[in-house]
Amino acid sequence: MTDSLGLIGGFLAASVRVATPLLLAATGETVAERAGVINLGLEGMMLAGALASALGAASVGPWTGVAFGMVAGMALAGVFVLVAIGARADQIISGTALTLAAVGLTGMIYRRAFGAGGAGLNLATLDAVRIPGLSRIPLVGPALFDQPAPTYLSLLLLPIVWWVLFRSRLGLALRATGESAAMARTAGIRTGLMRAGATVVGGAFAGLAGATLVLAQVGTFAERMTAGRGYVAIAIVVLGRWHPAGVAVAALLFGAATALQFVFQSLGLAVPYQLFLMLPYGLTLLALAGAVGRVRAPADLGSS
Amino acid sequence: MRARSSAAALALGLLALALSLHLAGYDALAALGALWEGAFGSWYALTSTTLVRAVPLIIIGLGIALAFRSGAFNIGAEGQFYAGAIAATWVGLHVAGRPAPVAIGAVWVAAALAGMAWVAVPVLLKFRFGVLEVISTLLLNFVAEALVSLMVQGPLQERQHIYPQSDPIAEAARLSVLPGSRLHAGFALALGAAVVVWYLFARTYWGFKLRAVGAGAQAAEISGRIDARRITAVALLGSGALAGLAGGVEVSGVSYALFQNLSPGYGFTAIAVALLARLHPLGVIATGILFGALEAGAGAMQRDAGVPAVAVYVVESVVILVVLLADAAQRRAPAAAKAAAIRLPA
Repeated sequence: MTDSLGLIGGFLAASVRVATPLLLAATGETVAERAGVINLGLEGMMLAGALASALGAASVGPWTGVAFGMVAGMALAGVFVLVAIGARADQIISGTALTLAAVGLTGMIYRRAFGAGGAGLNLATLDAVRIPGLSRIPLVGPALFDQPAPTYLSLLLLPIVWWVLFRSRLGLALRATGESAAMARTAGIRTGLMRAGATVVGGAFAGLAGATLVLAQVGTFAERMTAGRGYVAIAIVVLGRWHPAGVAVAALLFGAATALQFVFQSLGLAVPYQLFLMLPYGLTLLALAGAVGRVRAPADLGSS
Repeated sequence: MRARSSAAALALGLLALALSLHLAGYDALAALGALWEGAFGSWYALTSTTLVRAVPLIIIGLGIALAFRSGAFNIGAEGQFYAGAIAATWVGLHVAGRPAPVAIGAVWVAAALAGMAWVAVPVLLKFRFGVLEVISTLLLNFVAEALVSLMVQGPLQERQHIYPQSDPIAEAARLSVLPGSRLHAGFALALGAAVVVWYLFARTYWGFKLRAVGAGAQAAEISGRIDARRITAVALLGSGALAGLAGGVEVSGVSYALFQNLSPGYGFTAIAVALLARLHPLGVIATGILFGALEAGAGAMQRDAGVPAVAVYVVESVVILVVLLADAAQRRAPAAAKAAAIRLPA
């Protein structure tokens, strides 16, 4: 009995752990897409944030690492703004190119900073912060209230982003830009600025997501360590129907699908682990097929 | 004009690589020297690494050009390549004793069909459920990589069950090579495919319709003679078939077996290949060889100068960005120049 309780608790905790960086990146991408920007450079921004956070944490401390990560994400987002918004180049291809650049640059810098093997990288990390009382609730306590700070931060940022998007004048202007940039311009909204701002905010979130991966989870940097999480975050935005609450559910769903493998492993079932590697992506595709159609993307998404 | 900006893009890309290597603290000159040596330094380097690497890049690049021309984004060529490689390996293991043309033909057809099947899912999702093909093709890359891992540790694992790779395919299914080199017959296939795709684009009614859809699906649809969805679907399926074929050619001409990381990111590099060629099939031959040289040089750079091979991605990304910027600038230029500009499908 306690065993299966422990198993479920572990499953929930793992789901939240996997979901946290995805949720952070997807929240930022929600802001960007609401302004009409689809940013495939998200993967690269996460990766840049991951490396920058490792460098910051190695030289000063974990919170400096977090700041470095966010700055790195924003810097790369700035390049995206110049190319895709300033010069109106195609968003999808610019984003893909930026991700390639991030893979190359992080590989280069990482090897230089931490040596060819990369071993012995001993970072000051962000430990779990147990919230007194709440963390002792059975099952959900450890999953939600015994996590590193970025998890709480991601949950805290959700209602803020929701409020800005749906309850503030700024959010209205931003969403108008995403629905019809031409009309928003007629109404006096500086659409270029809106899109640039939303993209840079998205970059900061992506950098934070990368920092979370390194400082709160893995504890080290590795070449291409984001392994497609940025792309998954973009799918999560669609799955969550461009709404912070939906995005949170979708991220958790993806986290749970990934965490299932831990359950099966501890149950000792002989299922090839690769099936579990595929499962989250397969489920996401299925869910996308079900979710799209009933809700509309911002009408001007991806337009230049 | 276009050739000039393509050359400028390449020059800027190499400059960016040198600069970032220097800033990161590497010996940039030594690295670029190693890159050049590894790509063009000898007849062997040219034929056995540069051109060998160019083969999948040209074939996949043609597929990317096909999809992009129709206005659809196939970012999943990497996955389609792996689907093709799996099918090719499976067939290649079962054709011992057949005449070589039959064996090789079977391997290639299986690979192309597998690549097509892999992209059929995003095509279905796009037209049946409205899922962006950018996202679905991307996600399927990860599924394909996991599938390769499953295959080489499961059904296709070598007989002794020690290594995560397949047995070598039958002799009959292996391509002949240019004596004294590793350059295989797949290079001829790549050249032939480029000519076929060029003919399709430039000389057929279907190619005309494809260009019309790429220039504006709605306008094409309104003309009443063009089923834009159908054209896009066929272009995507063809794009997947080419990427799958590239996987089959890689197995039958280079690796003779399936293993993980068979592709060093060919599916993504091919996007740069297609864009630098401005989606022109014959141009893809040149840009494919160019990026083949970069990939070949990257290996040498890692070996001889201690620079991680992924560094060449900097070149690729700068090339893509510069081409995009040049085209965007041209789009905003006055009407006369505008007519000459190639428009990337929006």
